[in-house]
Amino acid sequence: MIKFEGVTKIYKGEKTALDNVDIDIKKGEFVFLVGSSGAGKSTFMKLLLKEEEPTEGKITINEIETTKLSRRKVPKLRRSMGIIFQDFRLLPNKTVYENIAFAMEITGNKAKDIRRKVPSVLSMVGLSDKAKSYPAELSGGEQQRVGIARAIINNPSLLIADEPTGNLDPVNASEIMRILKDINKRGTTVLVATHAKELVDKMQQRVIALDHGKVVRDVERGLYNDAK
Amino acid sequence: MTLASIASVAASLFVLGIVLSVVLNINNFAITAQNQFDSIQIFLIDDIDTGEIASFKRKIENIDGVKDVVFESKEMAMEKFKERWGDEAHLLEGIDNPLQNSFIIEVVSIDKADAVVNSIRGDAFIDNISYYKDVIDKMITISRVISTAGLSIILLLSTISLFIIANTIKIALYARKREINIMKYIGATNWFIRWPFVIEGLFLGLIGSLIAAGAVFSLYSFVYSRLANETYALIGGYLLPIDTIFDSVFIIFIAMGIGIGILGSLVSLRRYLKV
Repeated sequence: MIKFEGVTKIYKGEKTALDNVDIDIKKGEFVFLVGSSGAGKSTFMKLLLKEEEPTEGKITINEIETTKLSRRKVPKLRRSMGIIFQDFRLLPNKTVYENIAFAMEITGNKAKDIRRKVPSVLSMVGLSDKAKSYPAELSGGEQQRVGIARAIINNPSLLIADEPTGNLDPVNASEIMRILKDINKRGTTVLVATHAKELVDKMQQRVIALDHGKVVRDVERGLYNDAK
Repeated sequence: MTLASIASVAASLFVLGIVLSVVLNINNFAITAQNQFDSIQIFLIDDIDTGEIASFKRKIENIDGVKDVVFESKEMAMEKFKERWGDEAHLLEGIDNPLQNSFIIEVVSIDKADAVVNSIRGDAFIDNISYYKDVIDKMITISRVISTAGLSIILLLSTISLFIIANTIKIALYARKREINIMKYIGATNWFIRWPFVIEGLFLGLIGSLIAAGAVFSLYSFVYSRLANETYALIGGYLLPIDTIFDSVFIIFIAMGIGIGILGSLVSLRRYLKV
């Protein structure tokens, strides 16, 4: 699903954010990307979204070599992934329903299909009763659930979460992770970049650890830190 | 800013409207007047006696193309002048007569006029010649000057409008920066993000052009109705009535307004939005 081959990213001649990284994530996997700040997690995400280009190396997503993709095709690439952010990134002037519907609007879906799918995805994240609320009226956990709903409504094969629980309390955080695991069970590949140690330890999925731009650990059923 | 945008487009197109009105009218005048001014007036120097006047008259009568020559003394000219002033003629009493003696030459046909004038032009008795061609040539020159000057002003104003609109759009862009960012992340295409701003620019330009059109046409109607009736019946009769030029000028206005608006948006989008 995601393949990084010999990927290096050096920012403006000084900082080496990623150093000759090889990663292979298969379809349907659930993967944690861990590491302290500056380890390279955000750079990894940016390369996935084509927000940045690698200095060296090849990136393949869902069989498409994204390193060779033209800028024109970038929106289409991003639409094939679901993305959730630490700061939720909901449109403040739209209701919950409209925020989720928006993701379908930009992919040119018909109003009829939108009306059908949005409610079902809302109930999947348990927010059916909040459809007409605005983001400002919701708690952090609820906002993130809207973010997840928006991310999955177009049935992407890959879901990327960049510190999804960073702004949430432990209870909400667990809830979010549970929803992500559910989504993974239905066949979506899930990649979570995080430094939420407890959650990683609890879920025991594949853990890829970055340190100073290098892959230092890649284990199945792993913990945040090496088991001693 | 919105007001500034609309106002600048309106101003620029208003100038265009005035220039167009003047130029179209002058050109029309030039064409229609040619057939009406078929007389040539030759003003004589003051230092000439009756005998010389008579012989000069005969000389002119003999020129090929001349149909008739009539002498108009300075007194006669003054009378005619007073007539034109009508009620206010008494104001002219007591003033030294500044007018000159002249011959009014009627030509056989318009095309002979040039030849006739050329053949007597250098004569010593002549102080000044006035005939249609002078007038029309002058008017065409004026028309050209106005077009050129006008065009430069219009170009300048249009460019300014464009940048004012670009600035207005820039402000709109910055106001919605967060949303645009989010849209980009979830995969909205560039044009999906751009088009509301292009439409906004379009409307700014459109409203500006409508205001300008309204202003120009009201002004034109006003001027037309005033001139068509008064003493300047001479000029009034030549003014183009509005309907003849309305349609095409209106379309030009709308097109330019929309064009400036859209261009302004695109310039701003290109510079301030990495979309």
